[in-house]
Amino acid sequence: MSEQPEADQLRAEMRELMARYPSARSALLPMLHLVQSYDGYVTAEGIEACAEELELTPAEVAAVATFYTMYKRHPVGRFHVGVCTNTLCAVMGGDAIWRRVSDHLGIGHDEVSEDGQISLERLECNAACDYAPIIMVNWEFMDRQTPDSAVALVDALSAGEQVHSTRGAPIGTFKQAARVIAGFSDGQADAGPAAGPASLRGLALARGRDPDEEETT
Amino acid sequence: MSKPVHRLLPVLSAHWDEPDAYTLAGYERVGGYRAARDALRRTPKDLIEAVRDAGLRGRGGAGFPTGLKWGFIPTDSPKPTYLVVNADESEPGTCKDIPLMMATPHTLVEGIIISAYAIGAHQAFIYVRGEVVHVIRRLRAAVEEAYRAGYLGQGVFGTDYDLDVVVHAGAGAYICGEETALLDSLEGRRGQPRLRPPFPAVAGLYACPTVINNVESIASVPAIVRFGRDWFRSLGTAKSPGFTLYSLSGHVRHPGQYEAPLGVTLRDLLDLAGGVREGHELKFWTPGGSSTPILTGEHLNVPLDYEGMAGVGSMLGTKALQIFDDTTSVVRTTLRWVEFYKHESCGKCTPCREGNWWLVQILRRLEAGQGDAQDIDTLLDLCDNIAGRSFCALADGTSACVTSALKHFREEFEAGTHTPAWELFPYERSAIVPVAEAVAS
Repeated sequence: MSEQPEADQLRAEMRELMARYPSARSALLPMLHLVQSYDGYVTAEGIEACAEELELTPAEVAAVATFYTMYKRHPVGRFHVGVCTNTLCAVMGGDAIWRRVSDHLGIGHDEVSEDGQISLERLECNAACDYAPIIMVNWEFMDRQTPDSAVALVDALSAGEQVHSTRGAPIGTFKQAARVIAGFSDGQADAGPAAGPASLRGLALARGRDPDEEETT
Repeated sequence: MSKPVHRLLPVLSAHWDEPDAYTLAGYERVGGYRAARDALRRTPKDLIEAVRDAGLRGRGGAGFPTGLKWGFIPTDSPKPTYLVVNADESEPGTCKDIPLMMATPHTLVEGIIISAYAIGAHQAFIYVRGEVVHVIRRLRAAVEEAYRAGYLGQGVFGTDYDLDVVVHAGAGAYICGEETALLDSLEGRRGQPRLRPPFPAVAGLYACPTVINNVESIASVPAIVRFGRDWFRSLGTAKSPGFTLYSLSGHVRHPGQYEAPLGVTLRDLLDLAGGVREGHELKFWTPGGSSTPILTGEHLNVPLDYEGMAGVGSMLGTKALQIFDDTTSVVRTTLRWVEFYKHESCGKCTPCREGNWWLVQILRRLEAGQGDAQDIDTLLDLCDNIAGRSFCALADGTSACVTSALKHFREEFEAGTHTPAWELFPYERSAIVPVAEAVAS
């Protein structure tokens, strides 16, 4: 936020978020996501900006920011990679994926690769258990991963290749994702299918299509 | 193997395979928004009665009757009333609301219109967890389309009823799925549960009357309005009427979403899903997320409804059926779940904040085969001091997870005094993907 026009734009967008709610303070979580979309993490300047706009103290804002795991206290990678190691994913292979990726990149939980491309996080359940084991890249689903596919994934991201979510959009940067989460559209709602294959299992059977029989024929 | 396909009944998921299911055009082509148009010609009281008489029960885990909850909203309050949709799907194993919102977000928007009108709200919020950027895109696009079509905003469907909807993304906190913590979070604070009473129906968001319902509950309302309370009651069982999304995950051949009337059994669902992983047998499962006590192969024929699960000492919860086969260490899974509760405890109540920390210490040494003879008693004693002694149900979830594992598999915990879990149950055997080496945590 060194550039004044950018700082002005941030403030203007913060006010736009505040105007969406009956009580301005309700916009604080979106505003913190917005700060991350500008700065890549929750900076001290970002906290002060939120505090000024909402007439709170920086301590009150920091108290909120430190409660939630999505708010990062130092810069993350251009691609923030979360490996689910909650129970079901862990058992299905998530622990092995975590170990391989972490060893491959030489970084652990909440750490960033030297080139700043990739950061890693051990995720709690991300509501995609029927696609286990899963990885999230900048909060986009990467379903049904293996240790090998995960290494290929982070290598592709590091090399600057365009990676597509298995059930979503072409994966952008962490900052771009934070902007969508904050409440500003990126026009990508039409990317990807309506539903992934596991979501459609029961429906396919009810429609008279048996995936087991289709596999054997 | 012939599958009990007749058990299935896709309602919410009936059009998920249409390529444009998530758009307004795709939704209206299959009858979308007809129910909301009809609803706005009826009285709010009539709609509350319809949902109450249909017997819809909350699909977020607790199973509280939705119509009854709506009826608690005071009709003479000078304050505004709010509708808040709990889309913070985070309970381990639970994965139904995310595909619903991704595939047919307009079902939720239509449910919001009917529900908000019924309770007299002119402002609704969808509190969606932040870690699902594509779901957030689809929700916002659906809400924007509904505004452009005149289905939201001033004069919904050309009536004099006004309704605004805000899609609000959370920021990573399981506890915000607890309804009062969600309200604090939506007010821009740390997400910590409130002491009740007062209940949200009286003093909820901004201390105003508020209804908080799960995504699937609200999304079920249009079908009730469209096809009638008698139709809904004809599905499921007397005390658990209707249809619901069952989510199978883990060691099954075809994990996924299986929508059916309430009361199907795990045996039916496993047959539909192609059975347990080939060459293995079912060992244990959760009926509705990690906070519902685990069950075993003994319980394959118990109806998966609110009463059936309560009858065997568990809960229907979110119908998140996590299936684990005979390769799985219960000590490992219990530890990992309790590590989750420790991580997600908001810290407000001492029994939960400290108790989960101590449970993890003990379970870690049991997993490593370094427990001592007192450890199982200490675990049970800790659970006794955590459950029921905190503001919210997170504490009860952690306790249920530990005590049910001990009830069914005590000998595995006893083995934790001399043999590491990864020697008894080599972890690489549980993985469904090729894993090169043993994975001790």
